[in-house]
Amino acid sequence: MADKNRPDNMDNLKNASVFDNVPVTHVESVPARAAQDHAKKIASDGGDQGGEHKYSLNDDRRVKVLSPGALVAKRFFRNKIAMVGLIVLLSMFLFSFLGGIVSPYTQSQQFYRDDMMLKEYASAKESNELRYDTAPGQQFGGVIQAQLSLALKAGNTEFKTTKGSYEIVEEGTDFYSVRIKGGDEIGIAFKDILSGAGSDDSISYEYRRAALKAYTNGETSFEAEGKTYTLDEDDMIYDDSGKNIGYVSRYIVQAWYPDVFLTKEWKEALIESFESGEKSFRFTDADGEESEYELTYDPDNLRWVIKQERATRVLDTKSSPSWEHWLGTDKDGMDMLTRLMYGGRVSLIIGFIVEIISTVIGVILGGISGYFGGWVDNLIMRIVDIFYCVPSMPILIILGAALDQYMVPPMIRMVYLMLILGFLGWPGMARLVRGQILSLREQEFMTATEASGLSVRRRIFKHLVPNVIPQLIVSCTMGLGGTIITEATLSFLGLGVKYPFASWGNIISDVSDQSVLTNYWFLWIPAGILLLVTVLAFNLVGDGLRDAFDPKMKR
Amino acid sequence: MRKYILKRLLISIVILFFVALIIYILMRCLPTSYLEAVAQQKSSQPGAKSYEEWMEQLKATYGMDRGIISGFFTWFGKAITGNFGDSWKFTVPVVEKFKSVIGISFIMGFVSLILEIIIAIPLGILAAMKQNSKTDYTISVVALAGISLPTFFFASLLKLVFAIKLNWFDPIGAVGRNYAQLDAFGKFLDMAHHLVLPIVTLVVISFGSLMRYTRTNMLEVMNSDYIRTARAKGLSERKVIYHHAFRNTLIPLVTIIGASLPGLFSGALITETLFSVEGIGYVSYQAMVSGDIPFSMFYLSFLAVLTLVGNLIADILYAVVDPRVRIA
Repeated sequence: MADKNRPDNMDNLKNASVFDNVPVTHVESVPARAAQDHAKKIASDGGDQGGEHKYSLNDDRRVKVLSPGALVAKRFFRNKIAMVGLIVLLSMFLFSFLGGIVSPYTQSQQFYRDDMMLKEYASAKESNELRYDTAPGQQFGGVIQAQLSLALKAGNTEFKTTKGSYEIVEEGTDFYSVRIKGGDEIGIAFKDILSGAGSDDSISYEYRRAALKAYTNGETSFEAEGKTYTLDEDDMIYDDSGKNIGYVSRYIVQAWYPDVFLTKEWKEALIESFESGEKSFRFTDADGEESEYELTYDPDNLRWVIKQERATRVLDTKSSPSWEHWLGTDKDGMDMLTRLMYGGRVSLIIGFIVEIISTVIGVILGGISGYFGGWVDNLIMRIVDIFYCVPSMPILIILGAALDQYMVPPMIRMVYLMLILGFLGWPGMARLVRGQILSLREQEFMTATEASGLSVRRRIFKHLVPNVIPQLIVSCTMGLGGTIITEATLSFLGLGVKYPFASWGNIISDVSDQSVLTNYWFLWIPAGILLLVTVLAFNLVGDGLRDAFDPKMKR
Repeated sequence: MRKYILKRLLISIVILFFVALIIYILMRCLPTSYLEAVAQQKSSQPGAKSYEEWMEQLKATYGMDRGIISGFFTWFGKAITGNFGDSWKFTVPVVEKFKSVIGISFIMGFVSLILEIIIAIPLGILAAMKQNSKTDYTISVVALAGISLPTFFFASLLKLVFAIKLNWFDPIGAVGRNYAQLDAFGKFLDMAHHLVLPIVTLVVISFGSLMRYTRTNMLEVMNSDYIRTARAKGLSERKVIYHHAFRNTLIPLVTIIGASLPGLFSGALITETLFSVEGIGYVSYQAMVSGDIPFSMFYLSFLAVLTLVGNLIADILYAVVDPRVRIA
């Protein structure tokens, strides 16, 4: 009823406090000029309705009238430092939110490069030990072999074991056959290696014996299993149709990996370089691919290791800035510039959400506390005191470590982080709002609202809170910078935002690796500069806003 | 006045009680990763008891089998007699560990506070004197940049430039390799040399707020009536500034510096960790990350006490320094 009876009063009050975005009319510290302007504006509005003053030359017609909000904006835009901050902030937003769209890469896209790497390819050993082959249907065991080698070292032509005595026939250089004394041949001992040309040729005893005999005696042909074979000067063996079926050599060459078959051409090239004493050679395989091979001697195993320089696909990690990656790639092979853009997005979003959470809680509790006073105020303020004393950084570290324990997924973790940060931030905000409301509560316009019979909720949220908004905006702007630093510090310690999400803090955290600190400036300095510039910009804008809202208190 | 202090003290104790309760509940609700790790290790030894049995025994040993509330009262009862139990991670009594590391944190904090005062106050006054000049803007922006600098980034930069590129300092550690062989003076010099970078970090990131505070207060004083009077009566500008203005600026400055004194004991968590200085911040960081409940409880309550003492000092100093303030 009371409301309906006094519609004009209501509207006036509404005009004064709500219509202008920034209703500083009631604030004590507002400059006299702004208040006058405001009064004039209201007066001129009234005048327009009458129409009489349309052509008058009164002050309010000739002087450009600005609302308090416009005045604040004007003062703010005149502040050069604050403008620099604002421009930096805007470009930071563009960089973070638009950059992610413009960038050709995504935040967790990994890049690979082909690296020439020396990889073990084969090993070669000069055969200095006797090798044995057993004749079909005969016994040529370890004991006999051992006795044989002893006898050979001693220069004997026969030897004995517990099973009987044997005689040795020297068939060629380093090539012996062994027979039971007065009986059958049981096997051969040799040092040269006979290999088939293909990968799966098996070699029969008779063929091996004949081939080795011919080779060690320098003959050019031999017969085995009813066929005639020829042996050329390169130690190649050809069958009667002229097809190459194998070769003989002193070197045992084995491929490093089971799936690699070493062709005879390759082995030839290798042996050639052995003979000429070169440490590396080039070879073009059947597919026409040319590779470089390097020979190193491995004294532990008395063998040569052949390494092939091969193109290998590896993660393109820590690569220097280039045209494809303007700021290089990070230690996981992701594009640094893109990571920075997404990181900025995360840092800014977290900053805003945290600030919104703590502001909402702070305004509600601070508003209630300041407006009602008495025991409500006392209770809320003691709670604020308690939360004020809870050290936030250690708590955040402990909670971060606990989230690690529970292995919370990165996305949920980010939500928790925002909630915790927001919750830890409200006591300061509540104190600020309460202090402001305590002083505003005693002013005339509040008496007016009471006299016009407005409801309590309306009085608080329509008339008190809007007057606190300037201070809130300033404090939020400054607080945003602080929140971003806190988030970055946590992420730096590995307790905040986690991979695969980027945040400026966890990008810099690579710096705890000494080699990154020393050698890879592009992995951490850009993120640090972005962080510094953004926080600085928030602080500058906050400073500028405060001066603009409250020119009398200018710093 | 005495009555006021007494009342404040009582309120502080009540607040402290609740803060400790909140922290304790929080700590107990978290996974006791330390006990789990020990139980895991013990039970994997040949012929050992099962993991559950070990866990039970460890919980009983460390007093974790009690309910949260009764556990808290046991802890609180012991804590007010100064017995904070044994640290799990460092396996010595918490208070002993605290005593062995607090010294270096205090030294770092104290030196950087002195440097801060020496740098910030003159700069603040200079900026206020030349308000809106280029000097003012430069000083203000530099101060804000200091506030905006993330500690870890600045510390890394310092390390890169002075420890690695120029090789003037060691990148980490509070003492050098041959510290034990040095004589007393040599030890002092060695430690001083190693603390240069951490202290520079602390000063740069924190001098900004004191500078801005000085500037704001100086401006406020310079706009007051008695300064106009002093000028009107023809005093030299020098006398106006140093005799009348600066003295009045000192009131809030002394208050805020006094209030920051307890903070000297809180340690610099990030800086100490980055430079591997074994101060209270670094040690408690390790304790907190490894889930060492007794040490973390002690450190968190200690920080709460420091905050409360700081507030109390601020209120009292405010009244003591400024005779115009009367506390009811």
